[in-house]
Amino acid sequence: MSLVNFTTREITCKIVYYGPGRSGKTTNLQYIYGRVPEARRGRMVSLATQTDRTLFFDFLPIDLGVISGFTTRFQLYTVPGQVYYNATRKLVLQGADGVVFVGDSQARRLEDNIESLQNLQANLLAQGVDVRNFPVALQYNKQDLPADLILTPVDLDDALNFRGYRSFPGDAVRGSGVFETLKGISELVLKRLAAGGAGAA
Amino acid sequence: MTRLNPRLRFDAYVVGAANRLAVTAARAVAESPGSVYNPLFVYASSGLGKTHLLMAIGHMALEINPQLSVEYLTLDEFIEAFHAAIAAGQSEAFRHRYSDTELLLVDDVQFLTHRREMQAELLRLTNAVLTSGQQIVLSSDRPPNEIEALDERLIQRFAGGLVIDIAGPDYETRVAILRRQSEERKAVFDPSVIEAVASLPIGSIRELIGALNRLIAFQAVSEAPLTSTEARAVLARTMPATVRAAPQVLPATPAPESSPAGQGPAPAPSPAPVTDSPFHLGGGDEFGAFLTEISSAVARQVDAWRGRVAEAVVRWEGEGFRTVRLQRLLQGEAPVDPDAALQDFEEDIARLKVLAEEARELDAEVAGKPAFHDPDRLAEAEAELGRAREGLSPPPGPSPLWKIEEFAESATNREAVSAVRAVFADPGGHYNPLVIVGGSGVGKTHLLHAVGNALSRPGMVVACLRAEDFVDDLIKAIDRDRVAWWRARYRRIGALLLDDVHQLAGKDRTQEELFWLYNLLAEGGQQMIFTSAHPPEALEGIEPRLRTRLEAGLVVELPPPDREVREVIVARLLRDKGGDADPDLAAYLAARPLESVRALQGLVQRVMAAAEAEGERPTAGIARQVLEGQPAGPARRVSSTRTSGLLSPTGSLRSREKTIWDWPDASDRIIEEIR
Repeated sequence: MSLVNFTTREITCKIVYYGPGRSGKTTNLQYIYGRVPEARRGRMVSLATQTDRTLFFDFLPIDLGVISGFTTRFQLYTVPGQVYYNATRKLVLQGADGVVFVGDSQARRLEDNIESLQNLQANLLAQGVDVRNFPVALQYNKQDLPADLILTPVDLDDALNFRGYRSFPGDAVRGSGVFETLKGISELVLKRLAAGGAGAA
Repeated sequence: MTRLNPRLRFDAYVVGAANRLAVTAARAVAESPGSVYNPLFVYASSGLGKTHLLMAIGHMALEINPQLSVEYLTLDEFIEAFHAAIAAGQSEAFRHRYSDTELLLVDDVQFLTHRREMQAELLRLTNAVLTSGQQIVLSSDRPPNEIEALDERLIQRFAGGLVIDIAGPDYETRVAILRRQSEERKAVFDPSVIEAVASLPIGSIRELIGALNRLIAFQAVSEAPLTSTEARAVLARTMPATVRAAPQVLPATPAPESSPAGQGPAPAPSPAPVTDSPFHLGGGDEFGAFLTEISSAVARQVDAWRGRVAEAVVRWEGEGFRTVRLQRLLQGEAPVDPDAALQDFEEDIARLKVLAEEARELDAEVAGKPAFHDPDRLAEAEAELGRAREGLSPPPGPSPLWKIEEFAESATNREAVSAVRAVFADPGGHYNPLVIVGGSGVGKTHLLHAVGNALSRPGMVVACLRAEDFVDDLIKAIDRDRVAWWRARYRRIGALLLDDVHQLAGKDRTQEELFWLYNLLAEGGQQMIFTSAHPPEALEGIEPRLRTRLEAGLVVELPPPDREVREVIVARLLRDKGGDADPDLAAYLAARPLESVRALQGLVQRVMAAAEAEGERPTAGIARQVLEGQPAGPARRVSSTRTSGLLSPTGSLRSREKTIWDWPDASDRIIEEIR
């Protein structure tokens, strides 16, 4: 995907929310959807099961309008978190300009987080993406849960963030940290503009 | 720069609810420039007192600190000054002037619309002013985000200070303004008249005062004081229909604020509605705040090329090049490939520099032409240089009189002649340089010019001249301050043939120039031939670095003419003089042991002159009489015969300086011959 197209004067950023099942990826998108003025957002597409588990993916297009003469669009996707949907994750990950890894802060989900993060890295590598330079932000969701159930952002950084990505504590249900995370990943993605970086293959 | 209007001060500014905040901010800025609200951006519809406020800030700041440097100017003036500075190549001075101002007041910045280059310039200026802690105050008829196509970075800068509007004044304020104006004009109206005017839906203070002026004029010619009814009637006749009608209508196009009537607020147009632009969202609006930051980030990244182009403009203008092409880039939207456009421009500059350097060597005047400083006129610069190249007169070339076919070849000079033939065959490849060494009159010059003629062909400039002329040419160039031009002439040549190089002894500057020329020609593979009276190692007064270079090629000796050569020469001379030569005479003359061809020519001349004097054909007998002292009749002074023999192959005199007019008598000549 071409991030900036000087000919058509368009900027399109594809951001994928990644993470283990039930970590809050769709909740992030729903919160964003609820805050974006109607005129700026497209229809949020969500294919879910009867129990609200993402079956395929969520897609939220946001039109940021014309910025510096460029029609700027963000496309937010989520991947299904369940392990057996890896083919779908790979598909959604194609052409991504940045990834938000939504981790579940609950201590009991730490292994799931690690497994999902490893899966993300494997899928990126499979697409020829240099994970060291690829824009990734971490969100430690569910920080609103009782302290004895969750790990602190510092603990989670120690456990997950060995690459030193930007990380944000979050409470996607109430929206805490949602836009901060989106802003963080967007800045990383846009920084690559100057370097002419492209998205995942 | 516009001078501050002395009437437009804070004490003449009527403060009401609609402008209280703006006035408070303006006073704070005036009291302490650079420390609060920097930049201060004031916006209001036309005629609501923006200019008045800006000038009031200037006055108050100067009252507090008379040493403060304050500049007020409209954006149009700013643009004009910028363009003038660019045209004069003084853009840096322009920037210094404004960035050194401690309080800069810029009016009417709404005209920045679509002026990308000025936006870049104002952004640079704003950055400079803010960085150095100086104050900038700007005014506009609309908020920054509504100025069409305004650089987001500028919007951000303005938003970083205080953006404040002046709304239209309320009724009470309008009454206060009208009362103050009436007092100033010494006009007395019934309070009901003032109230009637104040109640009219007039959009700006300027129009409000205009209405008052009409009433003053009407009252001046009325016998009775004006009543409120009459006032309404007067204004209904003269005011625009839009004002006569009830709705409050503001002019769609803002007019420049130059009237001294700027006052406080006027009837109230509500401030322009804030659009859903990202820069006006915020506060509790998470998406708005997000959008603001993202817009800023996008602008930074997308417009990064503008920064690069603007830097290039500054750099190349600083070096004296025109940057119209880049400025057009800045004015327009993003090109398909800004970096490629910048690279093309810089390649053109590089080419221009090369052309200018060559032109400077040819003719400094040509190099100073504008085309050499304008990448958009590259073709013109190329053409100018081409003309300059053509205008160079080449150095002296070989004389066509000397031909290689006429050079008498024999066993003794075969080495030299074959070396010369090798040079013909492969100029610059064989024997470079070739140094021909020989005594005076042995034919070095003949051989040199003959080579020169053989090498000459269309497009090939062969310099063939005496070392003395080479020196003279350089001296003339130094005298006329055209050494670069002189060098350029010689650097274009295809071959250098220098006669009598030993004459350069002691001519240090010429040797220096020849040294550099030698290196250049050698590097280019151009042929060089030198003649010298002495072998290079025996040359005195020649710098070693030049001497060793002369030795680097082939040094051949051209010996005195042997009998074989002399026979050929004598036969040719006699044939040229008088048809069939007497074989005995030719044999006799060729047998004379002479050291030079020139001496041989002298002998022939003398015999011919003697024969002519006696009215006979030249014979061996006459020659014996002339050369061995036997009687040959009275000698006559015939100038053409009294030469040292310095004749050209065709027999004409070549050098009067070398002519001996008082020839010694016969006995002397005999002694000379015996020696």
